[in-house]
Amino acid sequence: MFTRYTVALAALLLVGAAPASYAADKPTDPQIAHIAYTAGVLDIEAAKQAIKKSKNKEVVDFAKDMERDHEAVNKQALDLVKKLKVKPEDNATSQALTKAAKEERAKLAKLKGAAFDKAYIENEVAYHKQVNGALETLLIPSASNAELKSLLETGLKIFQGHEQHAEHVAGMLK
Amino acid sequence: MKAGVPDRPVRLAILTLASIAIAMPAAAAATIQVTIDKLVFSPASVDAKVGDTIEWVNKDVFAHTATVKGGWEVMIPPRKSASLTLKAAGAVDYFCRFHPNMKGHVDVAP
Repeated sequence: MFTRYTVALAALLLVGAAPASYAADKPTDPQIAHIAYTAGVLDIEAAKQAIKKSKNKEVVDFAKDMERDHEAVNKQALDLVKKLKVKPEDNATSQALTKAAKEERAKLAKLKGAAFDKAYIENEVAYHKQVNGALETLLIPSASNAELKSLLETGLKIFQGHEQHAEHVAGMLK
Repeated sequence: MKAGVPDRPVRLAILTLASIAIAMPAAAAATIQVTIDKLVFSPASVDAKVGDTIEWVNKDVFAHTATVKGGWEVMIPPRKSASLTLKAAGAVDYFCRFHPNMKGHVDVAP
């Protein structure tokens, strides 16, 4: 179920695993901004699907929390790139993330009721876990602008909170 | 010494007692501020008394809660404050329901 996300994020992490001599593989600030923003947008889209499809109050509440928080983070990100005059730059990682999310949404669209709830929440746990891994090991260490780094660090704390929140909801669905 | 007018030390003592009497109700109902900034409750742990109010000042653009498992919950909207008057003594751990990695503690004395 999570294979595609995992592959996309493994690709993301691979960039970080490259030897330091391949400096060109390290994402630039415009690319980092794009990846972080895209990761947020994808989770908002997943949340919107859950709000529409789920009948479970816990799941819908969780999805609304995701939508609200990620919109707030992304608004801050947009304000920051504007202030820094950085133009977010599309890149292979953003594209892989988008492709994987699209496939996951198509899969979830076919599910109903408890099966949908379970698949959505489990994917939220996996997704946040992997984005957090990417933030910690690649995006934050690669960011050169201090304000961008600081925003990513706040983002990491938010997403770690979401991961725990998702795990809690997953536990309640069992 | 004339009767009816207390001498200086006695007047001082009366004044001191009066000021204690004024100060006491204020001390019995203090407001304790806890700031939330970048998903951190600060100070993380506070000492309070029954009747005191805790005011959470949220500097984040995110909504948070201060939630005690099986107990009270306070919603703290983005860039807003929210308060709770403590009604029961005891030590309580609280967390943010939206971001359970945010943790705080209150020691409430009777």
